[in-house]
Amino acid sequence: MSNTVTATPDRVYRDYGQPLWRRLLVTRESAIIALLLLVIVVALLSVRNFDNPITITYLLLDVAPILLIALPMTLIIITGEIDLSVASVVGLSSVLLGTLHQAGLPIAVAGIIAIIAGALGGALNGFLVTVVGLPSLAVTIGTLALYRGLAVGLLGTTAVTDFNEFWTTLAKSKIPGTPIPSITIPFLILLAIFAVVLHFTPFGRGVFAIGLSSEAATFSGINVNRTKFILFVVAGAVSAFAGIYYTLRFGSARGDNATGLELQVIAAVLLGGVSIFGGRGALHGVVAGVLLIGVLGSALRLANVTSDVINIITGVLLVLSVVSTSFLVWLHKQRSKPRRTPRVDSGTPPA
Amino acid sequence: MSTLTAKPTPNVVLHGLGVFLRARETSILLALLLVIAVTTIKNPNFLFSSDGFRDLLLTPSILILVAVGQAIVIVTRSVDLSVGSTLGLTAYLTGRLFLDIPGIPIILVVLAGIVFGALLGVVNGALVAFAKVPALVITLGTLYAYRGLNVLWAGSDRINASDMPKNFLALGTTEYFSIPLLTIIALIVLIAAGWYMRNTRGGREFYAIGSEPAAAELYGLKVTKRILVAFVACGALTGLAGVLYAARYGTINSQAGSGLELDAVAAAVIGGVAIFGGSGTVWGAAIGAVLLLTINRALPILGVQDFWQRAVVGALIIGAIVLDRLLALRQTRKLLESRDDSNE
Repeated sequence: MSNTVTATPDRVYRDYGQPLWRRLLVTRESAIIALLLLVIVVALLSVRNFDNPITITYLLLDVAPILLIALPMTLIIITGEIDLSVASVVGLSSVLLGTLHQAGLPIAVAGIIAIIAGALGGALNGFLVTVVGLPSLAVTIGTLALYRGLAVGLLGTTAVTDFNEFWTTLAKSKIPGTPIPSITIPFLILLAIFAVVLHFTPFGRGVFAIGLSSEAATFSGINVNRTKFILFVVAGAVSAFAGIYYTLRFGSARGDNATGLELQVIAAVLLGGVSIFGGRGALHGVVAGVLLIGVLGSALRLANVTSDVINIITGVLLVLSVVSTSFLVWLHKQRSKPRRTPRVDSGTPPA
Repeated sequence: MSTLTAKPTPNVVLHGLGVFLRARETSILLALLLVIAVTTIKNPNFLFSSDGFRDLLLTPSILILVAVGQAIVIVTRSVDLSVGSTLGLTAYLTGRLFLDIPGIPIILVVLAGIVFGALLGVVNGALVAFAKVPALVITLGTLYAYRGLNVLWAGSDRINASDMPKNFLALGTTEYFSIPLLTIIALIVLIAAGWYMRNTRGGREFYAIGSEPAAAELYGLKVTKRILVAFVACGALTGLAGVLYAARYGTINSQAGSGLELDAVAAAVIGGVAIFGGSGTVWGAAIGAVLLLTINRALPILGVQDFWQRAVVGALIIGAIVLDRLLALRQTRKLLESRDDSNE
């Protein structure tokens, strides 16, 4: 085991002493959702053209890969691990789709092969983390370079662009009669599956238990390694699916597709209230976190603010969201224990 | 390191040799020498032409500085993902200073770069140390924020070599005894940092904190302060690297140094710095940096298209951490055996 999550002094446990409505409403997730609604309302009132249906179409088309990958990433981070290689899997599956299609395979077959390749990539991550016992941070920095390198190596600086029009229009199509792009349908199906698995099954409770204490989870009969392995494989497969969508949407398979996407995904997941220490988080918060970054971005672009400010806002929001939690916990401690308390908190959190 | 017995050593030289052979850094050094040897056999110009020799030393110099800073931070069980953005900001500041204040002394610009880098490090360090939030999250946030500031500041401007004085650009090309000045600077920093981390109280405290933060706190070490110092050191070294980047490449746009964070972390990990702190040396990180960039240049000569370079780097990182894991397991077994022996 990577024995990292030894001391997490400021973890927030759900306080069952509170009445139900408070437990449901006063949470990190609710705060992010409220912020999201606030941003939407302000944007609707003050940004011209934000209420145009095309805005929501492009907004969803843009954030779809992040939304998709955020689902398995949430579960992985809740177990206390991390996967930095997801964007490289996107690139790899994009290249595989392109080269296989060029070699004459139909897109559906090429896509299935790409998804299997993504799952295999995830399986390598999972193998190194669970069987060899390496820290996932180091492993996935390695596979980040490895998978990206394979993608770039296979295709060089060329791009495959001659995709069947049927598929490229399908990727950009909308649900008839609405401005919602059709990619939201597979996303919603996946969201439903992930939400049920995470929040309503023993497997999901196991995911939380592993994040809180890997050892305690083992002793309560959870197969820690199997759970983590499954999660890494699923992350690989979903990332590969996102890669197929990414390729078809832009009609171009390139080795450097979606470079840096992993950081955006992780930023959005953490913004959505998932604790980097593991053991805490919920999918509705994560979805709100992804949408918050997306809505801010598209509103600012419409308001003609340079797109670079979005970077600053993403970064500052991320820092604020974690620092504010620490600050609230500290404030709570100060208020509830005004008298002298033994100092037992233990220095720094793990990286 | 592995010499915990109090046996008198018969021969200092032999003892030193033994330590050297058993050190984790030696394996990576051997790998580096192997790469250089194989490539040189294939194409003697790789080492023996004056250009080849200079490139061998010059190319990794800037990454060495950043990797040393990164190693110090990682040893304390943190990580600094914002180094690429910090380097970009300080490089742009360097160019800006020469543009806006004509005739500004070079030494002042170098100092400004270092101080600015240190300030950016203070922001990271303060957030990590006082808010007790994992460095991974904080520096991921500042990675975006610093890069955003850079783009906001620079816009689509680009600073060209003609905007900077010749004396300054000469820093990037000067050589003494056919060793580039940048390499000399990197070596001096490396020796200083290596000495500090190995021999001083402050340096050892970094390792203590990285090994077990709770124990370090109970022991009475000022954990908060030390972590802050580690981030400031990393920021300052990255700031210096940013100034040298400007001198070496001459052109700086708002994307200078992006993606460098992964190279720096990779260099440290390849060089045997444990990602969860407490072990590893800045020497290892520096050799890791040289190995990374030398492989880059060696691949095309060895007939591998340089598109595959990142894949090789990835395989190298995974190989390095698997090796570390195996060594750690062997060490544990040995220690257990020696404990059982002494109990009998």
